[in-house]
Amino acid sequence: MAGIGFGNWSITAAGRRAKRTSDYQPQHVSVTRRLKKPYTIRLWSVRNARFFEALYEAFADLFLKLHPFWSFVGYERAEAPVKFVERRVKGFLFDCRMCGHCILSSTGMSCPMNCPKRLRNGPCGGVRADGTCEVEPDMPCVWVEAWKGSRAMKGGEAILAVQKPVDHSLRETSAWLRVTAETAAGRTEPRSE
Amino acid sequence: MTDLDVNPEGAHLPLEPRAGHTSRGRLERVLRRGEFAVTAELNPPDSADPQDVYDRAAVFDGWVDAINAVDASGANCHMSSVGICALLTRMGYAVVMQVACRDRNRIAIQGDVLGAAAMGVANVLCLTGDGVQAGDQPGAVPVFDLDSMSLLETVRIMREEQRFLSGRKITSPPHVFIGAAANPFSPPFDFRPLRLAKKIEAGAQFVQTQYCFDVPMFEDYMRRVRDLGLHERCFILVGVGPLASARAARWIRTNVPGIHIPDAVIARLEGAENQRREGKNICVEIIQQCREIAGVAGVHVMAYRQEELVAEIVHETGVLKGRRPWQRLATPGDAMVAERLQAVLSEEAVTPTAAAAEAVAQALEADSPKEPGTPVS
Repeated sequence: MAGIGFGNWSITAAGRRAKRTSDYQPQHVSVTRRLKKPYTIRLWSVRNARFFEALYEAFADLFLKLHPFWSFVGYERAEAPVKFVERRVKGFLFDCRMCGHCILSSTGMSCPMNCPKRLRNGPCGGVRADGTCEVEPDMPCVWVEAWKGSRAMKGGEAILAVQKPVDHSLRETSAWLRVTAETAAGRTEPRSE
Repeated sequence: MTDLDVNPEGAHLPLEPRAGHTSRGRLERVLRRGEFAVTAELNPPDSADPQDVYDRAAVFDGWVDAINAVDASGANCHMSSVGICALLTRMGYAVVMQVACRDRNRIAIQGDVLGAAAMGVANVLCLTGDGVQAGDQPGAVPVFDLDSMSLLETVRIMREEQRFLSGRKITSPPHVFIGAAANPFSPPFDFRPLRLAKKIEAGAQFVQTQYCFDVPMFEDYMRRVRDLGLHERCFILVGVGPLASARAARWIRTNVPGIHIPDAVIARLEGAENQRREGKNICVEIIQQCREIAGVAGVHVMAYRQEELVAEIVHETGVLKGRRPWQRLATPGDAMVAERLQAVLSEEAVTPTAAAAEAVAQALEADSPKEPGTPVS
């Protein structure tokens, strides 16, 4: 235990106390990285997956109704402000990574891009017996959470669909606008949020 | 009839294509015949010497139906699975090439699958791969461009639709038998059988499971698998292996992700006089129990650093029922090569080239004995 640790407690640079939850210490990793991050909001969102599912349905409807407006403004011009909002809202609720390929509805409102292996089709074989992550032992496995969330959702069976690989060229773009544009154009995109 | 599983033109060549078979390999034939298949994992060498690979494969000769070539398992750097497969297919071995998504992106992986199929690799096992934190180089970038599911689908698309993910045409598709991994011993347990269903949907034709040390837990999993009818859509090979000692078992339990070892197993090892032998006995018992479970098509033996025990274990379990898997035997061609080699190496024999060289030298000496630079030697 180097420098800043005090028994089971450590102090971050900001002076905040954070709890050390396991003795797991990967090699060559700074001890400050081993502090428990607050996953509270992310986990709360998953617990309320049913609510967010309904909310998103209503929201997607509204966005689609605004299609004439988006067309008038121009989807490209709307991109920056919508992305600004989307990043902050989804970032706050789901720790969104802006992959531009949102599949929260298919993953029980647990963002799969928070998985250190960025798995989009279910948990890897390394999930610890207590349901925490193989790579980040303090973090509850994203997919264990996703499974719980999907059980609460009306369309939870979507978790069983095989997801295509991420299109990395869509990174840092608004999934909301893309889905709206595609739905409006008559194309269905069942795999998107 | 194992002798049917060899191409008469040469053991390293693909087998006759058969209706209903996707590959031209031995493993698929064994499984589709309904025989209990045995596969084993080769410990990849940390060297560039091909002999190391051949020596490590030789201990399995005649006891396994296919050899798994691991792709930097546990995120530790070793000889690549492509390299091992290149060497082993050359000798006629049936290999299962493991492909992990941790180290390569979709461009590299699709290329490797084509290259492997060209070398005669008939089985590809699609894995996500352990995280880089588990290995000897935790500072490496974790690629994970695809995941095991999308990798399965990618290989299936390449084989069945004869195209890359991009849609570009493949003129000669890779005829591979597609495998996946499954871990019935890791949460969320409800989801695990459904995840297997998903893998089958994506293209998995056979599955090798994580180490099984808890048979009742595996039975529960298989019950659900049978309820879903999955055992009829894919061949399930249960993963097993001998534990070297109680200490090793403890170490594995805390340090290797996703391996579940019940306390009872460790207690039994601890109580034994010879822990290594007890570890082997436990493995034999687990295999015997698992083969009785409906839907189990074979066994995958991962005897890490105890590979020499595999033959014993397979023999003691009797799972092969007297069947003898393929092994490299001397062919008439080999005898001819050996005879010639012997003739070349023996000093008495005068080879035509040596005789000619001597004649030229004599002639030159007679014509111009003083001329320098004559190619005598």
